[in-house]
Amino acid sequence: MATILGKSNSGSAFGQSLPRVEGRAKVTGRAEYVHNLRLPGMLHGKIHRSTAAHARIKSIDVTAARELPGVYAVYTSADIRKLIPEPYYGPAFHDQPVLAIDKVHYVGEPVALVLAEDVHVAEAAAQLIAVDYEELPAVFDEVEAMTSQAVVHETLKPAGTFPDLKHLKGKRDTNVALDFHLRRGDVKKAFAEADHVFEHTFKTQQVLHLPLEPFVTLADPTPNQLVIHTASQSPSFVRIEIARLLGWPETRVRVKVPYLGGGFGAKLYIKLEALVAAAALISGRPVKIALTMDEQFYTLTKHATTLRIKSGVNKDGKIIARECEAWWNGGAYADIGPRITQKSGFTAPGPYDIDHVAIDSYALYTNLTPAGALRGFGIPQLVWAYESHTDMIAKALKIDPLAIRRKNILREGRPQATGTPMRDAGIEKVLERLATRMKWEQAFDKGGGTIRRGRGIAIGFKASISPTTSVAIVNVSADGSCIVYCSTVDMGQGSDTAMAQFAAEALGIPVESVSVVHPDTDVTPYDMATLGSRSTYHMGHAVKNAAEDARDKLLQLAKDVGLSAETTPIPDIFRKKYGMQAGNIVGVGSFIPPYTPPEPGTGQTPDATPFWMIGATGAEVEVDTETGEFKIMRLVNLVDVGRPVNPAIVETQISGATIMQLGFTLSECMNFDAGQCTNASLADYRIPGIRDVPPVMENEAVDMVQQTGPFGAKGVGESGTFGVSPAIASAIDDAVGVRLTSLPLTAEAVYRGLRAQAGKPLQD
Amino acid sequence: MAKMNTVATHRNISFTLNGRQVTALAGNHQNLVELLQGQGLYGARESCAQGLCGCCTVIVNGAAVSGCLTMATLVDGAEVRTIEEPQADGGLDAVQQAFIETGAFQCGFCTPGFILMTRQLLDAHPNPTEDEIRHYLSGNLCRCAAYTEIIKAVKLAAKKRKG
Repeated sequence: MATILGKSNSGSAFGQSLPRVEGRAKVTGRAEYVHNLRLPGMLHGKIHRSTAAHARIKSIDVTAARELPGVYAVYTSADIRKLIPEPYYGPAFHDQPVLAIDKVHYVGEPVALVLAEDVHVAEAAAQLIAVDYEELPAVFDEVEAMTSQAVVHETLKPAGTFPDLKHLKGKRDTNVALDFHLRRGDVKKAFAEADHVFEHTFKTQQVLHLPLEPFVTLADPTPNQLVIHTASQSPSFVRIEIARLLGWPETRVRVKVPYLGGGFGAKLYIKLEALVAAAALISGRPVKIALTMDEQFYTLTKHATTLRIKSGVNKDGKIIARECEAWWNGGAYADIGPRITQKSGFTAPGPYDIDHVAIDSYALYTNLTPAGALRGFGIPQLVWAYESHTDMIAKALKIDPLAIRRKNILREGRPQATGTPMRDAGIEKVLERLATRMKWEQAFDKGGGTIRRGRGIAIGFKASISPTTSVAIVNVSADGSCIVYCSTVDMGQGSDTAMAQFAAEALGIPVESVSVVHPDTDVTPYDMATLGSRSTYHMGHAVKNAAEDARDKLLQLAKDVGLSAETTPIPDIFRKKYGMQAGNIVGVGSFIPPYTPPEPGTGQTPDATPFWMIGATGAEVEVDTETGEFKIMRLVNLVDVGRPVNPAIVETQISGATIMQLGFTLSECMNFDAGQCTNASLADYRIPGIRDVPPVMENEAVDMVQQTGPFGAKGVGESGTFGVSPAIASAIDDAVGVRLTSLPLTAEAVYRGLRAQAGKPLQD
Repeated sequence: MAKMNTVATHRNISFTLNGRQVTALAGNHQNLVELLQGQGLYGARESCAQGLCGCCTVIVNGAAVSGCLTMATLVDGAEVRTIEEPQADGGLDAVQQAFIETGAFQCGFCTPGFILMTRQLLDAHPNPTEDEIRHYLSGNLCRCAAYTEIIKAVKLAAKKRKG
């Protein structure tokens, strides 16, 4: 039976655990990825990378590479600049050159590009390029970078997009790409009045996204347009930025994105796109660059951090003052680091109700691989610090970890450190559900002999990056089916399915009759990017608005032709109007949330974020006191995602985020020797496998509604990461009394702690 | 600098690909993934290029191999099966159905490898324990970490296979 508007015979589409719309394509190996794409006449590109961390380029000898049979062309920045005189890109700073110009700033930086029809020839030729460097002093540590004589960039070049970076334009001799400050109350006075003052410093290591589909881009210089097929989370940004570099109108650049083989924040802004676009335009041929797994280590990482927290606490455990200093190791190019420094920086005191707060957060350039957003936009680093700190205070004051949190958490309506009141933030609910599921208030078997057991809890929160825009189009066909056009990228999170559910729910039609068009900037409208768990909320709103616009137009159409849309099947309305199965109804929706920028200096704002994300983890561990080895026996993950769009996919997102963070907690760590990553391969850098999944994993989205969200929903992609690292560290401390303050948590570190505890410390 | 010899040698090979006899020109330097790409098949994907992630899993003469570490010329005369192999009635087999029903993937890049390995597992162990599942699939990596769902999918597929 044909569908009547608002009367889907399969019930509500929202809140159902529907299977993914692309399931069949993925289980048959036929899902579309840029990886699969080949074009006639296509050349493969291979990159020659810097072997120096910081050096002046004295000369580049490409003769041998050019002479290798089968090589089509070799390009350096001199060739790029003939096409693009100022070939610098980036979302916050225009600091990153398409290929290195005069200097290299990190080991692995692209210096030259070889094109060949045979990828093996290109690879061989890239090895034949010889670069003569004059080495310069380099800086690798984020705290040293504050005062280092080694300066990564001579002058700062903010992009002009963000008002709070404008004052940095032309600043010389500094590695500080942004300093963000927040002041609330009187911290100094409160510290003086507090019964106790605690201060701790925490570290996190360089890790990386490592999607199993490495970065890949193909550019096709057609007569009228440059068409870029790219595994990108931000097609709209790519179009705008490539058009800016070329001095072209946006419409001459077309960006198409199929499915992504994982993203996690890596495939944002410009990665390979500028280089591939330039190579295609210079050569006049389609050019594809597909990075290898090891090259991902030279493309983007997650910020390593040093985090210092100082708290003034009363005898009863009430925290009255907190001072946070965060140093973010941004690597050689700013990428989105300055936004992380601010947008996540303002949550550094944690989900706690503290009257007196000071935050100083610094984005730093160093001579390492650039760092960007990785599943949490800096939040997992901050939660690691403030939740470890919370438990160290609790232990010192002999207060239960749950009790100290109950005493201090930010409750509904209370102002966060920015002054923005907490709304629809299920901090209390998440904490209480976690306590219940962990049976926290019951006795816990601590083990005995050489196997000791312990448990820990941790809770974190995140603001949504604001303000950002999403636009969507919903097109109802004459048979009553519907197509959603949006630039949200399905990188595995299930957005195609979710957007189909939003449109179906708003129109009241079955979800099977909705299809979702993949990002194509000639077809799908603007979207800021698929990042920061923003799509469900922002694009969800835009799709809902577009569907409601289409619904209203359909109601009007029915009225115009003298039919009732409430009783007439949709196809009959079209047939009456057009005399046959013909025509379309097109609805348009856009969304940008309200936002007030923070006051400079104090960071105060009444409206910092459209919604809050909450995530907590409880961990139970077993520690072998003879070796320091430990096993995670149980992980309980609680999140507030508002009303889940698709509960099954939400659970997979929570569980997947948790296991990814387990890798960043236990095994993943990029090792550097004089700026050279010494473990740039999957053989030497271990990500979680199926055997690393704890025997017991429980995930739950608490019963919450985001009142301002589309159908009560909000984002979920990152929340599962928040509490994992500190919960495990606290569980280890609970088991054997060893407190680790640096990630990753290793058996060796635990063993060293045990030996130190026994008064027999190991030599370094 | 000494000139590199990049003159690759190729030879014609013939093998059975998903039940059909095919011939192809295979370079001595090419791996099985590249050979399959030449046949228009992209389901076996080179990711780590070290035989560690399982994304390039291909079944050669009944055994799972890493396509990235298998030289193309070695499949001359072999029976090669990939994720694209048609299933009965043009539908999905029990493992594919189970992966969809349990939502055992996110980005899907690793999924062909997991499905091919799950078929191998269930052929050898029709009633696998959870330990056996974890052991058998430990050579496949999923960065989205849909592992708990994959374990559920394997159990469901075992049940479905018994009808």
